[in-house]
Amino acid sequence: MKRLLYASPVLIALIFGGFFLWGLNPERDPNSIPSVLISSPAPEFILQEVEGTSVPGFSRADLVGGDGPVVVNIFASWCVPCRAEHAVLTRMVNQDGVRLFGINYQDQPEDALRWLNELGNPYERIGSDLNGRVAIDWGLTGVPETFIVGADGTVLYKHVGPILGDAAIRAFTTALAQARQEGSL
Amino acid sequence: MIARVLLIITLALAPATAVLAVEPDEILSDPMLETRAREVSQQLRCVVCQNQDIDSSNAGIARDMRILVRERLMAGDTNADILDFMVARYGNYVLLRPPFNAQTYALWFAPLVLALFAGGIGYTVMRQARRKTILAADLTADEEAALQALLDTSSDTEKNT
Repeated sequence: MKRLLYASPVLIALIFGGFFLWGLNPERDPNSIPSVLISSPAPEFILQEVEGTSVPGFSRADLVGGDGPVVVNIFASWCVPCRAEHAVLTRMVNQDGVRLFGINYQDQPEDALRWLNELGNPYERIGSDLNGRVAIDWGLTGVPETFIVGADGTVLYKHVGPILGDAAIRAFTTALAQARQEGSL
Repeated sequence: MIARVLLIITLALAPATAVLAVEPDEILSDPMLETRAREVSQQLRCVVCQNQDIDSSNAGIARDMRILVRERLMAGDTNADILDFMVARYGNYVLLRPPFNAQTYALWFAPLVLALFAGGIGYTVMRQARRKTILAADLTADEEAALQALLDTSSDTEKNT
Protein backbone atom coordinates (compact mmCIF):
# COMPACT_ATOMS: atom_id res chain seq x y z
CA MET A 1 0.00 0.00 0.00
CA LYS A 2 2.79 2.36 1.02
CA ARG A 3 4.73 1.55 -2.11
CA LEU A 4 1.69 2.40 -4.20
CA LEU A 5 1.43 5.69 -2.37
CA TYR A 6 5.04 6.58 -3.10
CA ALA A 7 4.56 5.58 -6.71
CA SER A 8 1.49 7.76 -7.11
CA PRO A 9 3.32 11.00 -8.11
CA VAL A 10 5.13 9.05 -10.83
CA LEU A 11 1.85 7.47 -11.87
CA ILE A 12 0.09 10.83 -12.04
CA ALA A 13 3.02 12.37 -13.93
CA LEU A 14 2.89 9.49 -16.42
CA ILE A 15 -0.85 9.86 -16.96
CA PHE A 16 -0.64 13.61 -17.46
CA GLY A 17 2.53 13.29 -19.54
CA GLY A 18 0.83 10.78 -21.79
CA PHE A 19 -2.15 13.07 -22.18
CA PHE A 20 0.05 16.05 -23.06
CA LEU A 21 2.09 13.98 -25.52
CA TRP A 22 -1.13 12.98 -27.23
CA GLY A 23 -2.22 16.61 -27.28
CA LEU A 24 1.08 17.86 -28.68
CA ASN A 25 1.32 15.23 -31.40
CA PRO A 26 1.64 17.22 -34.64
CA GLU A 27 -0.11 14.40 -36.52
CA ARG A 28 -3.26 14.93 -34.49
CA ASP A 29 -5.73 17.38 -35.97
CA PRO A 30 -8.09 18.65 -33.27
CA ASN A 31 -10.29 20.14 -35.98
CA SER A 32 -10.89 16.88 -37.78
CA ILE A 33 -14.47 15.75 -37.50
CA PRO A 34 -15.17 12.08 -37.95
CA SER A 35 -17.61 11.54 -40.81
CA VAL A 36 -20.53 9.23 -40.19
CA LEU A 37 -20.91 8.79 -43.94
CA ILE A 38 -17.83 6.62 -44.44
CA SER A 39 -18.85 3.05 -45.34
CA SER A 40 -22.50 4.01 -45.47
CA PRO A 41 -24.65 4.75 -48.50
CA ALA A 42 -24.44 8.20 -50.06
CA PRO A 43 -27.40 10.43 -49.16
CA GLU A 44 -30.48 10.69 -51.37
CA PHE A 45 -30.63 13.93 -53.31
CA ILE A 46 -31.53 15.52 -56.62
CA LEU A 47 -29.67 18.57 -57.88
CA GLN A 48 -30.53 20.68 -60.90
CA GLU A 49 -27.82 21.81 -63.29
CA VAL A 50 -26.11 25.15 -62.86
CA GLU A 51 -27.82 27.38 -65.39
CA GLY A 52 -25.71 28.27 -68.37
CA THR A 53 -23.22 25.44 -68.06
CA SER A 54 -23.62 22.76 -70.69
CA VAL A 55 -23.18 20.16 -67.93
CA PRO A 56 -26.16 18.24 -66.49
CA GLY A 57 -27.05 18.18 -62.81
CA PHE A 58 -27.20 14.88 -60.97
CA SER A 59 -28.87 12.83 -58.29
CA ARG A 60 -27.79 9.89 -56.17
CA ALA A 61 -28.84 7.50 -58.94
CA ASP A 62 -26.17 8.98 -61.24
CA LEU A 63 -23.45 8.01 -58.77
CA VAL A 64 -24.43 4.36 -58.77
CA GLY A 65 -23.95 1.66 -61.35
CA GLY A 66 -20.93 3.02 -63.21
CA ASP A 67 -17.86 0.87 -63.72
CA GLY A 68 -15.82 2.72 -61.12
CA PRO A 69 -15.86 5.12 -58.21
CA VAL A 70 -17.02 8.71 -58.63
CA VAL A 71 -15.35 11.68 -56.96
CA VAL A 72 -17.84 14.19 -55.58
CA ASN A 73 -16.36 17.61 -54.93
CA ILE A 74 -18.28 20.34 -53.09
CA PHE A 75 -17.07 23.72 -54.30
CA ALA A 76 -18.05 27.37 -54.64
CA SER A 77 -16.74 30.27 -56.68
CA TRP A 78 -16.39 32.37 -53.51
CA CYS A 79 -14.17 29.77 -51.87
CA VAL A 80 -10.48 30.60 -52.22
CA PRO A 81 -9.07 27.13 -51.38
CA CYS A 82 -11.39 25.71 -54.08
CA ARG A 83 -9.58 27.82 -56.64
CA ALA A 84 -6.25 26.39 -55.51
CA GLU A 85 -7.62 22.86 -55.54
CA HIS A 86 -9.11 23.22 -59.00
CA ALA A 87 -5.80 22.53 -60.78
CA VAL A 88 -5.27 19.33 -58.79
CA LEU A 89 -8.75 18.07 -59.65
CA THR A 90 -8.30 18.96 -63.33
CA ARG A 91 -5.03 17.04 -63.42
CA MET A 92 -6.68 14.01 -61.84
CA VAL A 93 -9.40 14.06 -64.48
CA ASN A 94 -7.02 14.53 -67.41
CA GLN A 95 -4.28 12.16 -66.33
CA ASP A 96 -6.02 9.46 -64.32
CA GLY A 97 -9.43 9.52 -65.95
CA VAL A 98 -11.18 10.26 -62.67
CA ARG A 99 -14.95 10.74 -62.94
CA LEU A 100 -15.51 14.05 -61.18
CA PHE A 101 -18.94 15.36 -60.15
CA GLY A 102 -19.33 18.77 -58.55
CA ILE A 103 -21.79 20.13 -56.03
CA ASN A 104 -21.86 23.88 -56.46
CA TYR A 105 -22.51 25.08 -52.91
CA GLN A 106 -24.50 28.27 -52.25
CA ASP A 107 -23.31 29.92 -55.40
CA GLN A 108 -25.12 32.17 -57.84
CA PRO A 109 -25.22 30.44 -61.26
CA GLU A 110 -23.59 33.41 -62.99
CA ASP A 111 -20.70 33.42 -60.48
CA ALA A 112 -20.21 29.69 -60.87
CA LEU A 113 -20.31 30.05 -64.64
CA ARG A 114 -17.73 32.84 -64.65
CA TRP A 115 -15.48 30.76 -62.39
CA LEU A 116 -15.71 27.71 -64.65
CA ASN A 117 -15.12 29.77 -67.78
CA GLU A 118 -12.02 31.28 -66.24
CA LEU A 119 -10.48 28.12 -64.80
CA GLY A 120 -11.92 25.46 -67.08
CA ASN A 121 -14.44 22.78 -66.26
CA PRO A 122 -13.17 19.36 -65.22
CA TYR A 123 -16.62 18.28 -63.96
CA GLU A 124 -18.69 15.65 -65.76
CA ARG A 125 -21.80 16.79 -63.94
CA ILE A 126 -22.46 19.78 -61.70
CA GLY A 127 -25.43 20.09 -59.37
CA SER A 128 -26.53 23.45 -58.03
CA ASP A 129 -27.04 23.40 -54.25
CA LEU A 130 -28.28 26.96 -53.85
CA ASN A 131 -29.68 26.70 -50.33
CA GLY A 132 -26.97 24.32 -49.14
CA ARG A 133 -29.46 21.67 -48.03
CA VAL A 134 -27.90 18.79 -49.96
CA ALA A 135 -24.49 19.72 -48.57
CA ILE A 136 -25.89 19.28 -45.05
CA ASP A 137 -27.11 15.82 -46.09
CA TRP A 138 -23.48 15.10 -47.00
CA GLY A 139 -22.39 16.36 -43.57
CA LEU A 140 -20.56 19.37 -44.97
CA THR A 141 -18.59 21.47 -42.49
CA GLY A 142 -17.01 23.82 -45.01
CA VAL A 143 -16.07 24.04 -48.68
CA PRO A 144 -14.21 22.40 -50.27
CA GLU A 145 -14.90 18.82 -49.29
CA THR A 146 -14.34 15.84 -51.53
CA PHE A 147 -15.83 12.36 -51.34
CA ILE A 148 -15.06 9.11 -53.12
CA VAL A 149 -18.24 7.14 -53.79
CA GLY A 150 -18.00 3.51 -54.88
CA ALA A 151 -19.99 2.19 -57.83
CA ASP A 152 -22.48 0.66 -55.37
CA GLY A 153 -23.21 4.08 -53.89
CA THR A 154 -21.16 3.62 -50.72
CA VAL A 155 -19.14 6.58 -49.49
CA LEU A 156 -15.57 5.30 -49.23
CA TYR A 157 -13.50 8.35 -48.38
CA LYS A 158 -13.85 11.96 -47.35
CA HIS A 159 -11.32 14.74 -47.58
CA VAL A 160 -12.01 17.97 -45.71
CA GLY A 161 -10.42 21.09 -47.13
CA PRO A 162 -8.58 21.46 -50.43
CA ILE A 163 -6.67 18.50 -51.84
CA LEU A 164 -3.39 20.36 -51.86
CA GLY A 165 0.14 19.43 -50.91
CA ASP A 166 1.91 16.10 -51.32
CA ALA A 167 0.47 14.42 -48.25
CA ALA A 168 -3.17 15.24 -49.07
CA ILE A 169 -2.80 14.34 -52.74
CA ARG A 170 -1.06 11.06 -51.91
CA ALA A 171 -3.72 10.13 -49.34
CA PHE A 172 -6.47 10.91 -51.83
CA THR A 173 -4.96 9.06 -54.79
CA THR A 174 -4.25 6.05 -52.57
CA ALA A 175 -7.87 5.98 -51.43
CA LEU A 176 -8.98 6.34 -55.04
CA ALA A 177 -6.76 3.49 -56.24
CA GLN A 178 -8.14 1.34 -53.44
CA ALA A 179 -11.70 2.21 -54.40
CA ARG A 180 -10.99 1.27 -58.02
CA GLN A 181 -9.47 -2.04 -56.97
CA GLU A 182 -12.45 -2.93 -54.82
CA GLY A 183 -14.79 -2.03 -57.63
CA SER A 184 -13.04 -4.27 -60.15
CA LEU A 185 -13.09 -7.32 -57.87
CA MET B 1 -8.05 50.86 -6.04
CA ILE B 2 -10.88 49.20 -4.12
CA ALA B 3 -13.39 50.58 -6.59
CA ARG B 4 -11.43 49.07 -9.41
CA VAL B 5 -11.24 45.67 -7.74
CA LEU B 6 -14.98 45.80 -7.08
CA LEU B 7 -15.60 46.67 -10.71
CA ILE B 8 -13.53 43.72 -11.90
CA ILE B 9 -15.33 41.37 -9.52
CA THR B 10 -18.73 42.63 -10.62
CA LEU B 11 -17.83 42.27 -14.26
CA ALA B 12 -16.50 38.78 -13.70
CA LEU B 13 -19.63 37.69 -11.88
CA ALA B 14 -22.12 39.35 -14.18
CA PRO B 15 -23.92 36.68 -16.20
CA ALA B 16 -22.69 36.75 -19.75
CA THR B 17 -25.50 38.26 -21.75
CA ALA B 18 -26.53 35.75 -24.37
CA VAL B 19 -25.07 36.69 -27.71
CA LEU B 20 -27.66 35.89 -30.31
CA ALA B 21 -26.94 35.21 -33.90
CA VAL B 22 -30.53 34.50 -34.84
CA GLU B 23 -31.47 36.98 -37.52
CA PRO B 24 -34.91 38.59 -37.65
CA ASP B 25 -35.92 36.84 -40.89
CA GLU B 26 -35.33 33.45 -39.28
CA ILE B 27 -37.65 33.92 -36.31
CA LEU B 28 -40.89 31.98 -36.51
CA SER B 29 -44.19 33.76 -36.00
CA ASP B 30 -45.39 31.05 -33.60
CA PRO B 31 -43.70 31.87 -30.27
CA MET B 32 -44.09 28.28 -29.01
CA LEU B 33 -42.29 26.88 -32.03
CA GLU B 34 -39.67 29.61 -31.84
CA THR B 35 -38.95 28.70 -28.20
CA ARG B 36 -38.53 25.07 -29.21
CA ALA B 37 -36.30 26.09 -32.11
CA ARG B 38 -34.08 27.92 -29.65
CA GLU B 39 -34.01 24.91 -27.32
CA VAL B 40 -32.97 22.60 -30.13
CA SER B 41 -30.39 24.93 -31.63
CA GLN B 42 -28.76 25.41 -28.24
CA GLN B 43 -28.05 21.68 -28.20
CA LEU B 44 -26.50 21.59 -31.64
CA ARG B 45 -22.86 22.30 -32.24
CA CYS B 46 -21.75 24.67 -34.96
CA VAL B 47 -19.65 22.39 -37.11
CA VAL B 48 -17.19 25.09 -38.16
CA CYS B 49 -16.73 26.95 -34.88
CA GLN B 50 -16.94 23.75 -32.83
CA ASN B 51 -17.30 25.12 -29.30
CA GLN B 52 -20.38 27.17 -29.98
CA ASP B 53 -23.99 26.21 -30.40
CA ILE B 54 -25.66 27.14 -33.67
CA ASP B 55 -27.97 29.50 -31.77
CA SER B 56 -25.09 31.89 -31.03
CA SER B 57 -22.90 31.30 -34.06
CA ASN B 58 -22.65 33.70 -36.95
CA ALA B 59 -21.24 31.09 -39.32
CA GLY B 60 -23.13 30.65 -42.57
CA ILE B 61 -23.64 26.95 -42.06
CA ALA B 62 -24.98 27.57 -38.54
CA ARG B 63 -27.60 29.85 -40.05
CA ASP B 64 -28.52 27.16 -42.58
CA MET B 65 -28.88 24.66 -39.77
CA ARG B 66 -31.05 27.05 -37.73
CA ILE B 67 -33.35 27.50 -40.70
CA LEU B 68 -33.41 23.74 -41.22
CA VAL B 69 -34.35 23.22 -37.55
CA ARG B 70 -37.25 25.65 -37.94
CA GLU B 71 -38.43 24.03 -41.15
CA ARG B 72 -38.54 20.64 -39.52
CA LEU B 73 -40.39 22.04 -36.49
CA MET B 74 -42.99 23.51 -38.84
CA ALA B 75 -43.25 20.12 -40.53
CA GLY B 76 -44.19 18.64 -37.15
CA ASP B 77 -40.93 17.00 -36.01
CA THR B 78 -40.31 16.60 -32.29
CA ASN B 79 -37.14 18.06 -30.78
CA ALA B 80 -35.66 14.57 -30.57
CA ASP B 81 -36.48 13.93 -34.24
CA ILE B 82 -34.47 16.97 -35.25
CA LEU B 83 -31.50 16.00 -33.10
CA ASP B 84 -31.61 12.50 -34.66
CA PHE B 85 -31.75 14.07 -38.11
CA MET B 86 -28.59 16.04 -37.42
CA VAL B 87 -26.82 13.09 -35.80
CA ALA B 88 -27.56 11.01 -38.91
CA ARG B 89 -25.58 13.56 -40.93
CA TYR B 90 -22.87 14.74 -38.57
CA GLY B 91 -22.66 11.99 -35.96
CA ASN B 92 -22.82 12.44 -32.21
CA TYR B 93 -20.22 15.13 -32.70
CA VAL B 94 -22.99 17.58 -33.54
CA LEU B 95 -24.51 17.27 -30.05
CA LEU B 96 -23.04 19.62 -27.47
CA ARG B 97 -24.02 17.20 -24.73
CA PRO B 98 -22.47 13.82 -25.55
CA PRO B 99 -24.82 10.84 -25.32
CA PHE B 100 -24.32 8.22 -22.58
CA ASN B 101 -23.14 5.07 -24.34
CA ALA B 102 -20.26 2.57 -24.43
CA GLN B 103 -18.09 5.02 -26.39
CA THR B 104 -18.48 7.80 -23.86
CA TYR B 105 -18.36 5.91 -20.55
CA ALA B 106 -14.75 7.03 -20.06
CA LEU B 107 -15.83 10.61 -20.54
CA TRP B 108 -18.75 10.43 -18.12
CA PHE B 109 -17.04 8.38 -15.43
CA ALA B 110 -13.63 10.08 -15.51
CA PRO B 111 -14.52 12.75 -12.89
CA LEU B 112 -15.90 10.12 -10.49
CA VAL B 113 -12.90 7.81 -10.95
CA LEU B 114 -10.45 10.69 -10.48
CA ALA B 115 -12.28 11.85 -7.33
CA LEU B 116 -12.16 8.33 -5.88
CA PHE B 117 -8.48 8.06 -6.75
CA ALA B 118 -7.68 11.39 -5.07
CA GLY B 119 -9.81 10.44 -2.05
CA GLY B 120 -7.99 7.11 -1.75
CA ILE B 121 -4.59 8.77 -1.77
CA GLY B 122 -5.73 11.38 0.75
CA TYR B 123 -7.15 8.72 3.05
CA THR B 124 -3.95 6.64 2.94
CA VAL B 125 -1.76 9.64 3.66
CA MET B 126 -3.89 10.68 6.64
CA ARG B 127 -4.03 7.19 8.07
CA GLN B 128 -0.27 6.69 7.84
CA ALA B 129 0.41 10.08 9.38
CA ARG B 130 -1.81 9.19 12.33
CA ARG B 131 -0.19 5.77 12.76
CA LYS B 132 3.24 7.43 12.95
CA THR B 133 2.23 9.72 15.84
CA ILE B 134 0.85 6.81 17.79
CA LEU B 135 4.04 4.80 17.29
CA ALA B 136 6.22 7.68 18.45
CA ALA B 137 4.33 7.94 21.72
CA ASP B 138 4.42 4.20 22.28
CA LEU B 139 8.13 3.74 22.96
CA THR B 140 9.10 1.35 25.74
CA ALA B 141 11.49 2.49 28.48
CA ASP B 142 14.39 0.66 26.80
CA GLU B 143 13.69 2.27 23.45
CA GLU B 144 13.45 5.65 25.15
CA ALA B 145 16.92 5.18 26.68
CA ALA B 146 18.41 3.96 23.41
CA LEU B 147 16.99 6.92 21.57
CA GLN B 148 18.32 9.33 24.16
CA ALA B 149 21.80 7.75 23.88
CA LEU B 150 21.65 8.10 20.13
CA LEU B 151 20.64 11.74 20.36
CA ASP B 152 23.46 12.45 22.81
CA THR B 153 26.13 10.88 20.60
CA SER B 154 24.91 12.71 17.55
CA SER B 155 25.03 16.06 19.34
CA ASP B 156 28.57 15.17 20.55
CA THR B 157 29.76 14.52 17.03
CA GLU B 158 28.23 17.78 15.96
CA LYS B 159 30.22 19.63 18.61
CA ASN B 160 33.44 17.91 17.63
CA THR B 161 33.22 18.81 14.00
